[in-house]
Amino acid sequence: MTTLQGRDTAHTVRSYEEELNHLANVVMRMGGQAEAQLASAVQAVLRRDSELATRVVVADARIDEMEQEVHAFTVRLLALRQPMADDLRAIVGALKISADLERIGDYAANVAKRALVLNQLPPVPAVSGLPSMARMVQEIINDILDAYIEKDVEKALQVWRRDEEVDDLHTSLFREVITYMMEDPRNITACTHLMFMAKNIERIGDHATNIAETIHFLVTGKALPLRRPKGKAETDLNPPVVD
Amino acid sequence: MPEAMESQVTAGTPLLSDASAVKIAARDVNVFYGDKHAIKGVNLDIKQNEVTAFIGPSGCGKSTFLRSINRMNDTIDICRVTGTIALDSGNVYDRSIDVVQLRARVGMVFQKPNPFPKSIYENVAYGPRIHGLCRHKDELDEVVMGSLERAGLLNEVKDRLDQPGTGLSGGQQQRLCIARAIAVNPEVILMDEPCSALDPIATAKIEELIDELRENFTIVIVTHSMQQAARVSQRTAFFHLGTLIECSDTEQVFTNPIHKLTQGYITGRFG
Repeated sequence: MTTLQGRDTAHTVRSYEEELNHLANVVMRMGGQAEAQLASAVQAVLRRDSELATRVVVADARIDEMEQEVHAFTVRLLALRQPMADDLRAIVGALKISADLERIGDYAANVAKRALVLNQLPPVPAVSGLPSMARMVQEIINDILDAYIEKDVEKALQVWRRDEEVDDLHTSLFREVITYMMEDPRNITACTHLMFMAKNIERIGDHATNIAETIHFLVTGKALPLRRPKGKAETDLNPPVVD
Repeated sequence: MPEAMESQVTAGTPLLSDASAVKIAARDVNVFYGDKHAIKGVNLDIKQNEVTAFIGPSGCGKSTFLRSINRMNDTIDICRVTGTIALDSGNVYDRSIDVVQLRARVGMVFQKPNPFPKSIYENVAYGPRIHGLCRHKDELDEVVMGSLERAGLLNEVKDRLDQPGTGLSGGQQQRLCIARAIAVNPEVILMDEPCSALDPIATAKIEELIDELRENFTIVIVTHSMQQAARVSQRTAFFHLGTLIECSDTEQVFTNPIHKLTQGYITGRFG
């Protein structure tokens, strides 16, 4: 029998197996919720939809609750089951991944909060750069959740490597936004919010790479030894020179 | 018997790279009970001043292998051992080995505490006396007290040394057996599920004792409790159907075992 954790053999104690499956399920639901929150937050920015943004801000509490649930359940499993080997790694991994997902949820809520402010201001053209970055990060989250449930290290590593692309997109968006600010100082307030939104989305990508590292550990038992490829050097964040 | 010739590949690091740290070196050890091939080609180094735990399902051969280290299996008529088990450099199965002397060097503690039906004092004094280790009564007193002290039992029994050892609690009896084992100053102590008949507090005391004793002794322990193996040992060896499947540092075995069978056994997924 192949179990939810992708194992050939189920646990001798069925209730233990069910508990491990339950833990993975809560983490997956949490991931799904975080993914949806990011999608809604970005929609709220693009459509200038304050009602949707408010819903995102309110719904963040649900992700926090799920994180608490994962924490409590993890402690319970550690105390009552004394897990070993891959079970131990799966439980510790769930704890770590839930913390990353909780932060992803926070960043999505932050984007939504800024959308509420942005919607009070005149539209800025730079907003158009945000969706492509958001789309890439959404894909990354989707892939990393697949990698988690399928225990697919290769897929996790692909996500881990792709974060470089997110960093590059962030850098180019940053430069674009600065250009708008230079062109018209009245754009500064909106553009500053936009810049923070981009930063939030970029940070979500970083948490996805954390999850990739955790998946690598929980499947192979080894930490990723390599340094993650970084985007262009920090100096690229310097504003473009205007003559 | 061709079966005995097949060489087994053990996952992990059954053989140590630092030969000077090896206390017991088993090479191609096979044990037969009549036709039954109980231990199949085991190669294993046991490190000095460390606790090595043997784990595995019932009937996997871990106790058989443990008992072959001090030739306890000799008492079983149909039992036959091939290969070598070197204690330091000498093979314990060498013709020249005096088994009584061997068992003074390699002591043993059993699953069920088995004090002699004698006083607490006499239980501990028995070994040094038959091995002629002490010339005077004072010297013997010193060995008995010292052994009880090292076994963490002296404070509990010092006022009743003349009372029967069998009158102690289970945990105390087991510590008395450990005191008896260390009284002859062995180099190795073999423990065959020493805590399986004890409550958690008595178990914790024995485990604490094991940790202290490894400073002076090399300890090999057979246990059915994976948690106990994880708590007390530095290295863990996993046996299955007479084969040594995996031996590595304990931390490695319980967080990231190499072999699928080890993984299955320690997580409780044994098919």
